[in-house]
Amino acid sequence: MAKFMPLRDAIAEFLHDGDEVAFEGFTHLIPHAAAHEAIRQGRRNLTLVRLTPDIIYDQMIGMGCASRIVFSYAGNPGVGLLHRLRDAVENAWPNPIEICEHSHAALANAYEAGASGLHCAIFRGYKGADLPKVNKDIKTVICPFSGEELAAVRAVRPDVSIIHAQKADRDGNVLVEGIVGVQKEAVLAAKHAVVTVEEVVDDLDVHPNACILPGWTVSAICEVPGAAHPSYAHGYYGRDNSFYLEWDRISADRELFTAWMKDNVLDETPKVFVSRVAALRSGT
Amino acid sequence: MSNYTPVELMTIAASRALSNDDVCFVGIGAPSAACNLARLTHAPDITLIYESGTIGTKPDVLPLSIGDGELCDTAVTTVPVPEMFRYWLQGGRITIGFLSAAQLDRFGNINTTVIGDYFAPKVRLPGGGGAPEIAGSCGEIYITMQQSTRGFVEKIDFFTSFGHGTGGTAREEIGLTTKGPTLLITDLAIWKPDPATREFTVVSLHPGVTREQMAKSVGWEIRYADDVETTPPPTEQELAVLRDLHARTKLAHQQPAGA
Repeated sequence: MAKFMPLRDAIAEFLHDGDEVAFEGFTHLIPHAAAHEAIRQGRRNLTLVRLTPDIIYDQMIGMGCASRIVFSYAGNPGVGLLHRLRDAVENAWPNPIEICEHSHAALANAYEAGASGLHCAIFRGYKGADLPKVNKDIKTVICPFSGEELAAVRAVRPDVSIIHAQKADRDGNVLVEGIVGVQKEAVLAAKHAVVTVEEVVDDLDVHPNACILPGWTVSAICEVPGAAHPSYAHGYYGRDNSFYLEWDRISADRELFTAWMKDNVLDETPKVFVSRVAALRSGT
Repeated sequence: MSNYTPVELMTIAASRALSNDDVCFVGIGAPSAACNLARLTHAPDITLIYESGTIGTKPDVLPLSIGDGELCDTAVTTVPVPEMFRYWLQGGRITIGFLSAAQLDRFGNINTTVIGDYFAPKVRLPGGGGAPEIAGSCGEIYITMQQSTRGFVEKIDFFTSFGHGTGGTAREEIGLTTKGPTLLITDLAIWKPDPATREFTVVSLHPGVTREQMAKSVGWEIRYADDVETTPPPTEQELAVLRDLHARTKLAHQQPAGA
């Protein structure tokens, strides 16, 4: 059953050095506050899984949290490259990092397989592509009914998945809406799940087919308004596109990055996030 | 209308290739501008799909990312990402995939993964995202990108997405049943694959573009169709709608940062 707890305590209890962890959110609902907490607590040797590493993993990689990354698109969406991830891959700064690279279809299927209790996802993909030559987790199987050769990839089954969501009720049931991405699959594929929410309410007040994660599928719920910034929470605040543009500059330089992380992450607490989204509240 | 940039004509020429009946999987950047321009001009009922799961979206401004809230707000429906790739893309519901590339070869093979060796890269690019399966499962693929010798290369460093391989029947031979790249629209020309060899062949040059200029921007010897046409320049309406769209987009993306 979900425990309501401060974010600091949830990360301390459920995320350990050496874990495989998925901080998910497909552009939307990215759990930045939780990642900052993991950075402050000095997590090391993590295997980070995410379709789009985005700014959240650029920061964790640049701060030395990761030794391996599983991903399918390592760009700053709509802006360009991820400089910290590049620096780690190209120059082993601040430490070498092993990469396990997929396509979106593969990784989305791999989460679904993990949530389904399988070790393998099967789909039509990677035909003619070079990734199967450089990723040993991409194999093929023959469809027993049609004879078609299909791609098979290792399922994603993280030690812990961490997502952001709009709200939880007092029983710990979690509502995710808008671009739901792989939030549900990430939670159901993992041994433990930590969820940050914009607010805790008496009644979720939703239609019958809403995307709800029952409280008994979640380990911890932490109320952190603004926790997705610079990503967004549909219905609460918009994506901080200008920060994504600004990150290109901040992250391009090791010293500038390190100073920014000290001022805005190491010396801060989860409470700062609510002020970061104040000016973004009018949009969704 | 003579006062336009090559990139504006690229976007406008790409938009003209789309019709009302198309169901289009949209990549970010140049493809997104072209697809939305089509929707705002001659193809108001086109179905635009972004890989974030937004189906039938009608954004007022161009999204910065494939998952901006605007896409979800204006969509007919928004589905989970696994469903997006399984039911809608792999299920064969999408007629056109619209892609761009960092490196492209004459057979429409795309590299957006790495420059240099994969394990010791000169430049680590973002990677494939949705593109490897978009390239395989959409009915056909349109590509739009600016010409340069850095981008239009004899041999790509990494096959992120398969086009026509080494040409001819390469797609059929590896079990692909879709058409693959059928159209390439650049800032200088419009290209289509040769029916037999599948090599991209120039079918139309944009107004004022010379073959000499073409040769300097492409890393292989260019083939031309027997009758090379001249791309019609932008109409006043096309240009006005495109510029309005970019102006709205710029304003929207400049709203104050919260950090």
